[in-house]
Amino acid sequence: MSPALAIAEAVNRGTSARAAVERALAACRAERWNCIVRTCEAEALAAAEAVDRRVRAGERLPLAGVPIAVKDNLCITGLPATCCSRMLAGYIAPYTATAIARLQDAGAVVVAQTNMDEFAFGSSNETSCYGPVRNPHDPTRIPGGSSGGSAAAVAAGLVPIAIGSDTGGSIRQPAGLCGCFGLKPTYGLVSRYGLIAFGSSLDQVGPLAADPADAEAALLAMAGPDPLDATSVAWELSAPAASLAGLRLGVVPAHREGLQPAVRAALEACCERARAAGAELVEVELPHERYAVAVYYIIGTGEAASNLARMDGVRFGHRAEADDLAALYAESRGQGFGAEAKRRIMLGTFVLSTGYYEAYYRKAMQVRRLIRDDFRAAFARCAAILGPVSPTTAFRFGEKLADPLQMYLSDIFTIAANLAGIPALSFPCGRDPDGLPIGLQLSGPPGSDRQLLAWSRALAISAGVPLAPCDAAA
Amino acid sequence: MPISESEVRRLASLARLALSEAEVARLVGELEAIVAYVAQLAAVDTEGVEPIAQVTDLEHPGRPDAVVAGLARDTALALSRQHDGECYLVPKVVER
Repeated sequence: MSPALAIAEAVNRGTSARAAVERALAACRAERWNCIVRTCEAEALAAAEAVDRRVRAGERLPLAGVPIAVKDNLCITGLPATCCSRMLAGYIAPYTATAIARLQDAGAVVVAQTNMDEFAFGSSNETSCYGPVRNPHDPTRIPGGSSGGSAAAVAAGLVPIAIGSDTGGSIRQPAGLCGCFGLKPTYGLVSRYGLIAFGSSLDQVGPLAADPADAEAALLAMAGPDPLDATSVAWELSAPAASLAGLRLGVVPAHREGLQPAVRAALEACCERARAAGAELVEVELPHERYAVAVYYIIGTGEAASNLARMDGVRFGHRAEADDLAALYAESRGQGFGAEAKRRIMLGTFVLSTGYYEAYYRKAMQVRRLIRDDFRAAFARCAAILGPVSPTTAFRFGEKLADPLQMYLSDIFTIAANLAGIPALSFPCGRDPDGLPIGLQLSGPPGSDRQLLAWSRALAISAGVPLAPCDAAA
Repeated sequence: MPISESEVRRLASLARLALSEAEVARLVGELEAIVAYVAQLAAVDTEGVEPIAQVTDLEHPGRPDAVVAGLARDTALALSRQHDGECYLVPKVVER
């Protein structure tokens, strides 16, 4: 049984939730990868007691007593939510994100909040005001981002499930680089209420776990329409088939280009094993996918610049001393935001400004439709697409920090799923010669989330991947 | 497309973002490189393609017009660095 479900099973049988929660709290306090920005002892122990009371009263909770860690951009009443930015230092959330409230209702206990790139802007977790997260597989390397803290917390075995958010790959890329499973759900499947917004048409909350059965349990707890998120959609998540036999698995020839040799070899080996297990491999084309990064850095920054306009120094967050209101806004924002946030605000302001809107923003929205239509055409021919998550395994600190465009291009394979609104996940599928995890990506049509998790489990097991945290971290 | 320092300053003013001289100088080159990269979209034939702003296919989703509890005033004000218990306080904007 998977780690989280084993805890829930024991707690539902009458074992106190306290032991598992205390164990996770201790691990989070002692961790050495900087993946946790704060633990919440008092709240977690009180929540564990509440779970025990509910179980004693006869309830059976799908995630009874399961300790979880939550990315620092999801609001939880009474706890800080800073997006790892000086801009939100001291901010205490006055409400709880729907996704987290549903996990808590299912019995999960939040033990800690995880490090992330500032406002989720980054692919390496180097832009956090709390400092970078170290990859548990090699502390000289980045864990990926922006949900790097959540991925590292799972990889290091601190918690069985961590929650992240994914706007252009921020769950999948760190999950891949840290060797765990990470799902970006179908857009609209999980409510965004209480997720501090980055790109509202792209953002999704999703789970990271060492075993996809745990990710599935978290997904089922979080999913479903929410009156507080007008973009949430009811999807029928029927129980998936576990077998790869008869699966029409799409592969995109262009995805083999520009990969680190070990990543390419892992992809080809995975295709071979899928074929051996009875899947039929189908070549599909996504002709407009190569424009995804360009489309994303127009739409994503435009939405980010608009969303971050609320950080004005007046109602919450950092406030500068100033003599007039215009200076209060500008100085508060100039002092509060880090370099990458400023860059994206500037770029977003550029693409939305008079004279450039037609050439950039409108054009990007047109190409977005073409990218979505490419996926629709592809999924008429196959049930899922298998490909890389990242062109390389985890890179070293500082390697791409000086060149924003190179950093943006590390998301080249993950961004299209956000633009198309389809579910996509990263699963571990081998190691490179340095022992670093290689993640592969499985994407499918809207609503196929559970099915993707089941297939990824079969693919990971066939590759001999242990569905457990990394050994080095033990 | 070349991006000038004055263009960077204009954008910063639109974004209400105070930048140092060094930040302005760095952003000139960075924005120029990123804008040059995204300009590749000009090569895509989008004649007659309707733009999409979202992907859910939802159209004007509604919900019951019911009164529900919102954020209480004192809870909201408590998040602010300066307030008087009723309103947020900001520097005077109207001279008279």
